[in-house]
Amino acid sequence: MVAAGSKCRTCRGPAIIDLPRHNANFCAEHFMELCRRQVTKAIEHFKMIARDDRVLVAVSGGKDSLAIWDLLIELGYQADGLYVGLGIGEYSDTSAEYARAFAVERGLHLIEVTLRDDYGYDIPTAAKATRRVPCSACGTSKRHVFDKAALDGGYTVLVTGHNLDDEAAVLFGNTLHWDVEYLARQLPVLEARPGFPKKVKPLVRLSERETAAWCIVRGIDYLVEECPMAAGNKHLAYKSALNAIEEMSPGSKAGFYFNFIDNMAPLLAGRAVSDGVELGRCSNCGAPTTGNVCAFCHLVETASAHAPVPVELVMKHGRGKR
Amino acid sequence: MKVLLRNPKREIEMAGPRRVHALLAKLELSRESHLVICNGTLVPGDAELADEDIVEIRPVISGGA
Repeated sequence: MVAAGSKCRTCRGPAIIDLPRHNANFCAEHFMELCRRQVTKAIEHFKMIARDDRVLVAVSGGKDSLAIWDLLIELGYQADGLYVGLGIGEYSDTSAEYARAFAVERGLHLIEVTLRDDYGYDIPTAAKATRRVPCSACGTSKRHVFDKAALDGGYTVLVTGHNLDDEAAVLFGNTLHWDVEYLARQLPVLEARPGFPKKVKPLVRLSERETAAWCIVRGIDYLVEECPMAAGNKHLAYKSALNAIEEMSPGSKAGFYFNFIDNMAPLLAGRAVSDGVELGRCSNCGAPTTGNVCAFCHLVETASAHAPVPVELVMKHGRGKR
Repeated sequence: MKVLLRNPKREIEMAGPRRVHALLAKLELSRESHLVICNGTLVPGDAELADEDIVEIRPVISGGA
């Protein structure tokens, strides 16, 4: 390889990454400095985490969750990890190995919950049993397990690894449908409510190209392969569309998301799907719900009664264009 | 040069020298959704890749929301 001509914006040394949205290139040291600064800015600006908070990070073994766990520890926060075994065949087995290895190498505490062992089902089986897309059962399961683990463990903040691309893609989807009730709750911080922990997304100022680069520069091994059940989903299509725009006009994704947060979200305050809804308690598990039994307990009842389904039987065969 | 691609995992041969951006364009891959690692080190878009290099093109998109 011949050395690149591009220089680090900060020190003028050889660059390892170009970031068109910052109109700059960075060496490894100053790229990491940029990442720390962006995460610190998100945490402080949106009042995500206080120094005395007990933090639980939802860890999947992928780049984003391991990057934010690493960054939080680097920035001096106390943070444990939570891994949920979804039972998506080899994908889940491998992702668990990455999450465990990360925790063991750094002496961090990782809580593990396994859907099959703890609740009697897995995501492929849930998808088949409910006849819905796998991402639906996965979302319902993870939300419930995250909330329960955070509350049971006495954690004051639950951190997820949603990055700028994730948030921009969800915003794009909700805007395409002008889904006001979902737009109104698309915030980087959801405050604690009875039955729900405070939830925060400290990676909203970093793109997924940047979180992946953080892992590479830091030597963090993570699961590169994407979930076999997510292939071809709408979320990936929205990301692809936004990336095409970003290539033509760097900074578009950040502008789209942060201008929404600054200019539009305040106008939608009080219009979220959960606002003004009186929540009762699930008669089975005690979680907040609008009905008698919560969505998660319905899912457990349906999926655990179904014979186990291997992931290959419910994988999508078509792949979205990248 | 040897080029490792993912999703699905496979290896192809490409002629060098070639700049990173040109390699991605040739393979019709988005710059915004990939990183390029040459001989174990992350490299920017204008880095020139040589015939003897081992290159990984790593997708950065994940599907969950």
